[in-house]
Amino acid sequence: MIVADQKSLKEILAMVKDNKKILIVGCKGCVTVCNVGGLKEVEILASIMKIARKKQGNDIDIDIKVLERQCDNEYVAEISDIINDYEAVISLACGVGPQFLSEMYKEKIIYPGLNTTFFGGATEHGVWEERCAGCGSCAIHDFAGLCPIARCAKSLMNGPCGGSSDGVCEINKDTVCIWDTIVQKKIKAGQLEDLIGVKGLKNWRTARDGGPRRSIREELVQGNI
Amino acid sequence: MSDLKSGSNLEKVLKAGHFAFTGECGPPKGADVEHLKEKFQYLKGNVDAVNVTDNQTAVVRMSSLAASKLMIDEGLEPNFQMVTRDRNRLAIMSDILGAYALGIRNMLCLSGDHQTFGNNPQAKNVHDIDSMQLIALVKKMRDEEKFMNDEDIDVAPKMFIGAACNPFADPYEYRVYRLANKIEAGADFIQTQCIFNMDKFRDFMKKAVDMGLHKKCYILAGVTPMKNAGMANFMSKFVPGMDIPASIIKRLKGVDKKNQAEEGIKFALEQVEEFKEMKGVAGVHMMAIEWEHMVPEIAERAKVLPRPVV
Ligand code: SF4
Repeated sequence: MIVADQKSLKEILAMVKDNKKILIVGCKGCVTVCNVGGLKEVEILASIMKIARKKQGNDIDIDIKVLERQCDNEYVAEISDIINDYEAVISLACGVGPQFLSEMYKEKIIYPGLNTTFFGGATEHGVWEERCAGCGSCAIHDFAGLCPIARCAKSLMNGPCGGSSDGVCEINKDTVCIWDTIVQKKIKAGQLEDLIGVKGLKNWRTARDGGPRRSIREELVQGNI
Repeated sequence: MSDLKSGSNLEKVLKAGHFAFTGECGPPKGADVEHLKEKFQYLKGNVDAVNVTDNQTAVVRMSSLAASKLMIDEGLEPNFQMVTRDRNRLAIMSDILGAYALGIRNMLCLSGDHQTFGNNPQAKNVHDIDSMQLIALVKKMRDEEKFMNDEDIDVAPKMFIGAACNPFADPYEYRVYRLANKIEAGADFIQTQCIFNMDKFRDFMKKAVDMGLHKKCYILAGVTPMKNAGMANFMSKFVPGMDIPASIIKRLKGVDKKNQAEEGIKFALEQVEEFKEMKGVAGVHMMAIEWEHMVPEIAERAKVLPRPVV
């Protein structure tokens, strides 16, 4: 899923400092799962913002709404009746949400309330980790089922580098050296020969490097399915 | 050109069977050419080629390409280091052509320390290709006279291709295979990470020799003389991939502070003597970090002078 972190209250307050009436819009998708943009978080943000603004002697009127998803125009359209009641909107969704809102409600100021961080999952309660870089041509089967593009600090295709120590990456002690894990897994499986030889250059055209991407499912476009 | 791949002095020295002795010089954090030239003078005539580091430890310095050219102008042979951290394949190929055009004949292919170590941790890290792929790319440009995309090169850059090897990084069991991969990719010579743990290096070289790697590639053992116990401590703690046994630190601490530099040099000289005899080792890469002025004395005492003229 897409993982995100909440922006600091300070940053959010600075964004809306000139606004008196805003709407905070949450999302029931990934950001609800990673506890940053669901109903609960939207409610909490609204109340702490109100308290903070009251303290400043500058009350703010805040309403809330949580959409099924913000990455789907069908749901984004659900606020079309009410959006003009507000000076601005704070979107608590991944970076996709505030853009879908900006594209549909062209005159409205839409603020991002989250920092979108990565594609990953929870490894323990309250901890999420990156797993995928969305490079557009998955080859994890060549690396013991683990992705060095997303998880090696240097995206090495032929690792591990000379900084790998005790299973830990050279960048800091909290980061696993994924290449160590790949090699250990291959050794255990008796498949070290898979790591003999040179892996060739990656074609980055399918990644962001090739420009903004688009997926077209012809059969859906044509309405066959 | 005969059967030489590049015709570099380093290649000729190694091919003739001499025990190679290479040095290292870090470009300045600025454009102080005079200071750089001063450092060159300590190395001139005392080593076969000099590694010119490329924004080492991810700290911005004068470009290794420019410093390599300045070195050539002073009559020394550079070993132009290139990291893949800061350039994509376009810049890499273009710099290789430029380097060759400027007279550079040796290249050391590296991934580079991660930029979080340096003074621009906010930078984007490129890593379009990795060090292994860089080796293969330089080889392709040299031997097939083609770019990575298979287009022809009119005058191809003929480089003597170097690569690094750190036997002290983990997982240890895999390190010798990774070395083999670098050789398969096209490395002509290897310079190892600074060696302090001699037991481990002996074991590593035995493995490399058992696999016949020394016959496919020249392996130069990396040596860094310690200036004092503090430096040993610092390197052990903060430089990634360093293996400095407690016994070395103890040995340095065991002498008076003012004699620690001499003790460090003594240890380095003992290492050089052993490497001269060690099977599979074709030379020493002496990394006297910011200590270039000591190289003449070190080379003299290591009995590697005069350097062969081939
Ligand atoms: S230590 Fe491992 S994960 Fe970190 S950059 Fe090197 S190979 Fe990649």
